[in-house]
Amino acid sequence: MEHIRTTKVEQVKLLDRFSTSNKSLTGTLYLTATHLLFIDSHQKETWILHHHIALVEKLALTTSGCPLVIQCKNFRIVHFIVPRERDCHDIYNSLLQLSKQAKYEDLYAFSYNPKQNDSERLQGWQLIDLAEEYKRMGVPNSNWQLSDANREYKICETYPRELYVPRIASKPIIVGSSKFRSKGRFPVLSYYHQNKEAAICRCSQPLSGFSARCLEDEHLLQAISKANPVNRYMYVMDTRPKLNAMANRAAGKGYENEDNYSNIRFQFVGIENIHVMRSSLQKLLEVNGTKGLSVSDFYSGLESSGWLRHIKAVMDAAIFLAKAIMVENASVLVHCSDGWDRTSQVCSLGSLLLDSYYRTIKGFMVLIEKDWISFGHKFSERCGHLDGDPKEVSPVFTQFLECVWHLTEQFPQDFEFNEAFLLQIHEHIHSCQFGNFLGNCQKEREELKLKEKTYSLWPFLLDDQKKYLNPLYSSKSPKFAVLEPNTVSFNFKFWRNMYHQFDRTLHPRQSVFNIIMNMNEQNKQLEKDIKDLESKIKQRKNRQTDGILTKELLHSVHPESPTLKTSLCFKEQTLLPVNHALRTIEGSNPADNRYSEYAEEFSKSEPGVVSLEYGVARMTC
Amino acid sequence: MLNQLSHPGAPATIFCNRGLLNSCPAGVASCPASSCPFRSPRSPRLTLRESVLLLGPRPTTDGMEFSELIRTGRAQAKLLRGPEAPPLRGTLCVTGHHLLLSPGPQATSDLWLLLLRRVDSIEKRVSGDSGTITLRCKDLRVLQLDIEGVEATLDIARSIEALSSLESVITSFPFFYRPKGLRLGDAWHFHPPERYYKRVARETNAWRLSEVNEDFSLCPSYPRAVIVPRAVDDDALARCARFRQGGRFPVLSYHHAPSGTVLLRSSQPLTGPQKRRCAEDEELLRAALAGARPGARGFILDTRSAQAAKQARVTGGGTEAKAAYPGWKRLHRPLERGWPLQESFVRLVEACGDLEQSMDRWLSQLEACHWLAHVKEALSTACLAAQGVGREGACVLVHGAEGTDSTLLVTSLAQLILDPSSRTMAGFQELVEREWIQAGHPFQLRCAHSAFSHARPKHEAPTFLLFLDCVWQLGRQFPLSLEFGEGLLLALFEHAYASPFGTFLCSSEKERCLCEVRTRTHSLWSGLNQPKEQRKLRNPLYVPSPLAIWPSVELQTLRLWQGLFLRWIRPPEPSEVAWEKVWQIVTDKKTEGCEPTVSASEPRL
Repeated sequence: MEHIRTTKVEQVKLLDRFSTSNKSLTGTLYLTATHLLFIDSHQKETWILHHHIALVEKLALTTSGCPLVIQCKNFRIVHFIVPRERDCHDIYNSLLQLSKQAKYEDLYAFSYNPKQNDSERLQGWQLIDLAEEYKRMGVPNSNWQLSDANREYKICETYPRELYVPRIASKPIIVGSSKFRSKGRFPVLSYYHQNKEAAICRCSQPLSGFSARCLEDEHLLQAISKANPVNRYMYVMDTRPKLNAMANRAAGKGYENEDNYSNIRFQFVGIENIHVMRSSLQKLLEVNGTKGLSVSDFYSGLESSGWLRHIKAVMDAAIFLAKAIMVENASVLVHCSDGWDRTSQVCSLGSLLLDSYYRTIKGFMVLIEKDWISFGHKFSERCGHLDGDPKEVSPVFTQFLECVWHLTEQFPQDFEFNEAFLLQIHEHIHSCQFGNFLGNCQKEREELKLKEKTYSLWPFLLDDQKKYLNPLYSSKSPKFAVLEPNTVSFNFKFWRNMYHQFDRTLHPRQSVFNIIMNMNEQNKQLEKDIKDLESKIKQRKNRQTDGILTKELLHSVHPESPTLKTSLCFKEQTLLPVNHALRTIEGSNPADNRYSEYAEEFSKSEPGVVSLEYGVARMTC
Repeated sequence: MLNQLSHPGAPATIFCNRGLLNSCPAGVASCPASSCPFRSPRSPRLTLRESVLLLGPRPTTDGMEFSELIRTGRAQAKLLRGPEAPPLRGTLCVTGHHLLLSPGPQATSDLWLLLLRRVDSIEKRVSGDSGTITLRCKDLRVLQLDIEGVEATLDIARSIEALSSLESVITSFPFFYRPKGLRLGDAWHFHPPERYYKRVARETNAWRLSEVNEDFSLCPSYPRAVIVPRAVDDDALARCARFRQGGRFPVLSYHHAPSGTVLLRSSQPLTGPQKRRCAEDEELLRAALAGARPGARGFILDTRSAQAAKQARVTGGGTEAKAAYPGWKRLHRPLERGWPLQESFVRLVEACGDLEQSMDRWLSQLEACHWLAHVKEALSTACLAAQGVGREGACVLVHGAEGTDSTLLVTSLAQLILDPSSRTMAGFQELVEREWIQAGHPFQLRCAHSAFSHARPKHEAPTFLLFLDCVWQLGRQFPLSLEFGEGLLLALFEHAYASPFGTFLCSSEKERCLCEVRTRTHSLWSGLNQPKEQRKLRNPLYVPSPLAIWPSVELQTLRLWQGLFLRWIRPPEPSEVAWEKVWQIVTDKKTEGCEPTVSASEPRL
């Protein structure tokens, strides 16, 4: 609280960055310990979490006041105009302090209280159980076992305690291999495909330099390929561009030499590093942040940002992985440099393609928990939770979500969740409201005592499940229904609903999902009612065989018949979406749009002709 | 008579009147010229183009033409229909209008049939003792035929080439197409524009239906019925027509009942370098304003740039002078037309055909073809027009040069934005009929070739496709507001370029009368309105709404219409299955549950 000097500023204007008419909302700005709140004259509230703020800028003073631009990590950009420069300066300074915390303990999650008791909190944390997940995959089994080598985080600090390795890999082999791998991240199981008996394994780059080798590491790889009874050879996927991997050799790192390892097939897939991704997203946002884009600006910007090219590269890598398992029945070992960014992307996407469980709401949570959280994707550094090195920030997880979104676009019936689910998860990796994404690895999380001090996000998402259901989902597909996405360039589109999620004017005005969802629910309700009624009729029929009595019965039942009731309430329900639709259509005001500038042109004509009754003269003044 | 016609400069002697339509028996497709008693005093004279249209470039007699052009009867062939569909083997056969592939007796699949007019370009290659023909169709589909025998390949290729490029209208397939379950002439009365005009005339009292163009003499590209201000008489109209290119004097396009204002369209005024004026034309526009509301303002939306409009004076055209039309203010919104638009279409289709290209190349091609820029411009100009009529309470006159292309694009889209009734199935068909077909968009010229043709382009331009694309964008932004779905738009695209129905034949009502299209061909609307077609064409999620729909025209919102441009390239399956699922959910609800909401929300055709 010591950072807050001004808690309330009145007569603040909020500009819409895509409206050209300089239309603004006037309201009051409040600064709280956790949020910046703007309430406009229509009592509409805009909440901005301090942790979401990526950048605050104070622009040069104008006649109407002092502009304050806030860019958020969830791609919201707000443009306030504060009447007095002093207030603006105060808020600016406070936000600078509040948006960048130095200690984990100051993050929102440690003060957030959703009014749950301790046992509920604990239950929430136990919702996703990775041991259960490995059991579901079918491990341990005759080829794979749980290793206790990392039980005390002795071998690798950034790995979880429980790791699955080939049964024939002894502890000395594991220890030896871990010494030969960057950050000690030796090859471990990420996903086991029960049908094919093939595995996805992950690790970091070997410390091979130009010629070094490690027998234990070679043994461990051999053990992985032996753990697959069907296919003797295995793939080693280096997800980096070849050039980067070669450059790493000079620093004593590098990639596996095919001659030293028996039965491996080595493959580069060329996903760029975190720095390239960060600047790519920056460029993308710069381009799309400008209003009134021309076609060439938009597409050449999209092209030069390279964003979609990177997304395609990630997707292609995942497809390569899935194919190796499905078609060739081969196990695959995936690594990049440290094995926590690109490796997480490729392993998780690959599993998603292979196993339909990960395409359910619960399964997707498990997938994130396993391949991202437990294997040490550095969420806190990548998302910039604390005031740290800006060079460590990178949208790696965002890319993963975008790949999943592209898959949902191509396979509209194969995912239990919808776009809103992905957006909500994205919101919370930055929000620091829940403990899940805090810290950079499991060890750090345990030290922070997150399970005692914060809440888990997943139960809250599950409670709200209805919002995130895909009405078109057909759950009948078998467990191993593999997705084979087509990565032709034109299948990759700009994800407007992510990067412009708060720019209302750019969105379709009516939501199909809501409508279908409502209808679906009503169908289910009606079906249930029909069944109820049928059973009731049966009961009555059994009891009363007399025709006259049945007639009476009909009479007496009619007024309070559930059918009537449901149809009445049904009517009301259907009216709701209609109303909603009406509102949104009306919301599609021409003044919100690009062509609204023409409205001024209408009024710009000879002032003598403009009459006040058209309401356009006002716009010129 | 036929010899005379073959001389370009010869005075055309064929006349036609309205009585002809009824007197001509339906079975005389083979000899149109001889069956026409051209003797009415008020008949229009035929231009050379119109006679070519009727008879084809060469004189033909009964049945001769087709058999002459078919070089070979049949051949064994294998048909490849893109990556998704399995190849088809069988006997290939060319008929007058179709390419047939009949699979052997053991095969389970049906006869495969392709309307030859659908072929846009043909490419043949021979190697060894077999050949390959690649057919690129006007609906953007690419087909490959592997044919046994070099001679047969060349013959078939030549036959297809000749038959697919026949220019004569009355020997085209619609004149022979007699589907089961449809009666000739049935649906031609579905959407007569007169009905709309009469309603406007009745409701406003400021407008009247004029029969001044009954014989198409005033304006050959207008329909018989035109709607004009009540205050202007027919003689004045005749003088107006002389002042506008092609005789397209300002007529009402849409009456916005809530504000009382109107949307008008015309062609450019023939002011010329001397800046001529026409009192009747000025009077007509004055009357339009007065009819809307005393003191109403008007905007003239010129779909050319100010520069281009000025330059048009050199060739006799021009724009309305400010001083001559008090109360009217001119705005310029340049919209692309003609060749640049066609080129953009061609380049986009080219880009879509390359499956191997990198992401960067795809994006740069998408940028370079500029198609989405045209979509954006068309939509925002339409929004501007709609805004003028719907929000500013002003009258809007739209015109470009000829007033048959971008003008119609703007007026029809503006109506879709403003008028909820044009967003229904029937209303949209009526809109297409009134604002495109009857309003004289030269379909025959604009849609002669699609994106693949190597032929030197003359008048081709995908203006109608651009309209459909804009409608699709509207539908994407307002998924509940259009009663029809993507299926209808795709069908209209297909049929505009090549169709067994007569609806899109010819370039104007006058030509359609000459060719007796209405009595001798079937209407597309009756084809589309058959119950079995409805699932494909309708939008299951439609909820009627009385409000205007204002779309966003930002590029972040606009999207490439994949359903059309990539229709044959990407597998359509997932989205189609999903669509089927949506239907299921919706119809489930409607049949299981409660009738009242259904009846309220579904105006039946």
